[in-house]
Amino acid sequence: MNSTDLIALLPYLTLAATSVVVMLVIAFYRNHKLTVFLTLAGFVLSAASMRYASCVLPREVTSLFIIDCYAFFYLGLVLLAGFVVAAISFSYLEKHPGHSEEFYLLLLFATLGCAVLAAATHFASFFLGIELLSVSLYALAAYLRHSNKSIEAGVKYLILAAVSSAFILFGMALVYAEAGSMSFTEIASRAAGPEVHHLPFLAGIVMIIVGLGFKLAVVPFHLWTPDVYEGAPAPITALIATMSKGAVFALVLRYFTRIDIHQHASLLAVITIIAVLSMFAGNFLALLQTNVKRVLAYSSISHVGYLLVTVLASGALAQIAAAFYLTAYFITTLGAFGVITMLSDGTRDADRMDDYRGLVWKRPWVAGVFTAMLFSLAGIPLTAGFVGKFYVVAAGVGSALWMVIVVLAINSVIGLFYYLRIIVVLFTRTRDESPALQRTSRIGSLVLAVLTILLVWLGTYPGPLLDIIKETVLF
Amino acid sequence: MILLVLIIILLIGGLAAWTVDRKDSAAARWISLAALALDALVLAAFWFDSSVRSEINRGAWLVELSRPWIPQLGISFHLAMDGLSLVLVALTLFLGIISVVCSWTEIRERVGFFHLNLLWILAGILGVFLSLDLFLFYFFWELMLVPMYFLINVWGHENRVYASLKFFIFTQAGGLLMLLSILALYFFHGKETGTYTFDYTLLLGTKLPPLAAFWIMLGFLIAFIVKLPVVPFHPWLPDAHTEAPTAGSVILAGLLLKTGAYGLLRFVLPLFPDAVASISQTMLILSVIGIIYGAVLAFGQSDLKRLVAYTSISHMGFVLLGIFAGSRTALSGAVMQIVAHGVSTGALFIIVGMIQERIHTRDMGQMGGFWSAVPRLSGIALVFALASLGLPGFGNFVAEFMVLLGSYGMHPAITIFAASGLVLSAIYSLWIVQQVFHGEKKEGLRLTDLTMRETVMMAAMIIVIFWIGMFPRPLLSTAGPALLSPGHGQVQEQPVGTAGGENEQH
Repeated sequence: MNSTDLIALLPYLTLAATSVVVMLVIAFYRNHKLTVFLTLAGFVLSAASMRYASCVLPREVTSLFIIDCYAFFYLGLVLLAGFVVAAISFSYLEKHPGHSEEFYLLLLFATLGCAVLAAATHFASFFLGIELLSVSLYALAAYLRHSNKSIEAGVKYLILAAVSSAFILFGMALVYAEAGSMSFTEIASRAAGPEVHHLPFLAGIVMIIVGLGFKLAVVPFHLWTPDVYEGAPAPITALIATMSKGAVFALVLRYFTRIDIHQHASLLAVITIIAVLSMFAGNFLALLQTNVKRVLAYSSISHVGYLLVTVLASGALAQIAAAFYLTAYFITTLGAFGVITMLSDGTRDADRMDDYRGLVWKRPWVAGVFTAMLFSLAGIPLTAGFVGKFYVVAAGVGSALWMVIVVLAINSVIGLFYYLRIIVVLFTRTRDESPALQRTSRIGSLVLAVLTILLVWLGTYPGPLLDIIKETVLF
Repeated sequence: MILLVLIIILLIGGLAAWTVDRKDSAAARWISLAALALDALVLAAFWFDSSVRSEINRGAWLVELSRPWIPQLGISFHLAMDGLSLVLVALTLFLGIISVVCSWTEIRERVGFFHLNLLWILAGILGVFLSLDLFLFYFFWELMLVPMYFLINVWGHENRVYASLKFFIFTQAGGLLMLLSILALYFFHGKETGTYTFDYTLLLGTKLPPLAAFWIMLGFLIAFIVKLPVVPFHPWLPDAHTEAPTAGSVILAGLLLKTGAYGLLRFVLPLFPDAVASISQTMLILSVIGIIYGAVLAFGQSDLKRLVAYTSISHMGFVLLGIFAGSRTALSGAVMQIVAHGVSTGALFIIVGMIQERIHTRDMGQMGGFWSAVPRLSGIALVFALASLGLPGFGNFVAEFMVLLGSYGMHPAITIFAASGLVLSAIYSLWIVQQVFHGEKKEGLRLTDLTMRETVMMAAMIIVIFWIGMFPRPLLSTAGPALLSPGHGQVQEQPVGTAGGENEQH
């Protein structure tokens, strides 16, 4: 490891250093505002250092990491999510009793874990990232100790995520036993050879897929999603929905590109089935929900289903579609959960439909942001979700995946039902339309406003982002 | 630039109306009216420009604007206007002004937001009529739905939530099929020529294998005939029209349905001439079913607004017939019907709205004997009932006559059945007059006759419907050349009458 390697790792080192600083500060001087400030500063610094580090790209740092544009793009997304979650959590945690400072520490760890996943090319770094992320999330999901639901969510997530980690670990062991290496490149070259048909190798791959399926919350590994989404504190739900899924997806996409998934018909079939099931199950079950957080949980399942279409499609267009769709999904989901966070109070999260009745007339700006986010999830023009969906469909049509694309189209229509149902509630005429007085932090409102602007900007003028994404295409 | 200006004025006008609402809701109405009037002036100045007039006769693009938008995918911001778009844009602005005026007293809540939605729908519709890039077209196509959804959902009548949802889902589902087709066309063209583009003018000559052409055409076709609507795809229409506020119904019937017809004329016919030929027989049969079905169901309604909604299905059947009949006269008739139906049905919806504003019901059982109480309203209603039944002298007559004349040569049997629609329309139109305006006056109904604002508005609509009925030439000569120029479909010349001359005498 030399100094160039360290420069390449700079964003990671900044994140790690921030965690240490925050930990020390908490130990000596407990102050919520200061902690938030340090955390946000850490995210910004890490993002800023990407610019400095970008001149040495792409670079393989030890055999564990490959720091390339692809890694940096997803790292950027992860940092964005971390920043937004930290910003919206401030006023949320102020409303809740108990210490709030450790929350940010765990958030920083989770972010670091995701950042590692985006650059992992080795089982060791892969597992390190997954565990760093999961362990932080166990604690974060159960962070509100006075709330039974939060504790329930924490325990559920702990058990299922631990099981899935075990699956991944066992799968890795099996693959290692056959391939004799833990590096993705090595495994990919073996996967092209005859070993691919050996039972332990196949079993290992399948177990890893099962474990990753849990993290991505795709059907049939989705059962934990609605409960955890409902019970976890709203900002953490945002974190689970965006950062953890996005990072795992980045890893999956990198690995599948490396082994050239189109050589493996059975693997393609498995993913096709998972994608189709996720779309249908996510959307149909969302129709049955009355709790807003659960609706968004099921909708996120279907969105990962859409996203998997880009894995099935081939070529640069598919990778661009994945990156763009994920960006749009990040912005949208963070915005939607940001609104929920903002409306929540000290006793419970704002997850009932009644919390949103006639909101447009009471708090037009917040409701406007929420409407925009829901339209983006539904893929209506002027929003990033529209361009994202367009790209995914384009990638699918370009690879002639007619069946999957027709399923996607049908599901977009089903999805409209429940997004519009929330919008209807937002726009219900109510008798009491006095503007609600509720304290919201300035930073939280600012972040939501910026997210909305980003949403519309990407929905109307996606060119600049597409230019960036083009750099990240892997071959 | 003028094309972009037309759209931007409406977008900004809507935002301005929304902002001033907090202080003064009347200002929101005036701002909307001013924005539309400004648009209309810009358009009129353009239309009467002599150089433009000669271009119209050549059937060329009159004005064009093309800027790269998402170059990575070959998407450009490409707007253009020919005679057909010009007529439809004029119709949009006219009905836009009418719908602002007709909401003047009906909409009292959230006036600013109402006008924001209204103007944004109109902007979306202008975009649809002017886009020459398929991505841009789809963008506007979807965009106009959202404010329309809010218009029905927030200001609609009793069953508005259900109606708005149904409207949104139907049109969105159709739109997604169109998106698939657009993308398929994009990739076929790209693989064939190496240039990946969504530009309409470049996609025009794409050579497609017959099977692919058929499926791609079908995606477009379904999106458009859901909008039109053609009978098996119509269930959203009666609900949406009935539950929408008056302005919403006017825009739905007058403009949104027309985007479907426009899509058929602009995209389906020129892009897939061979595939269209294979399906035209089916479409003709569907059009006749629509004409008769709509008319019969209209007669069965007790809700006056629902009745008018069903007549739309019947009248739009003539548009479909005209488009697929394959003759120049019928095609011109279809365009004529688009305009005439927009005005006459819009007026009928306004009349229903005025009645509902006065007696708070749309149930025809509770109406009757209006003639003596409100002569001005009744007289105007009679005019539009007669227009709707296709009395000579009104635009509807010219339109339906031309469609029937144009299709008789090739499809006599279908034309004969379609002509029965004229008889049926007489039944329901006179039924309205008889039920609502004649007969015994119901007890307890307190009616006031038209105000100055309402009279002027209705007078304007009467003038337009008479003008296109008596003197259809300017309209036909504006839209006609565009229908025949390259890229507007292979329509055979037919010896049956020339478009304008014969009908002018009526």
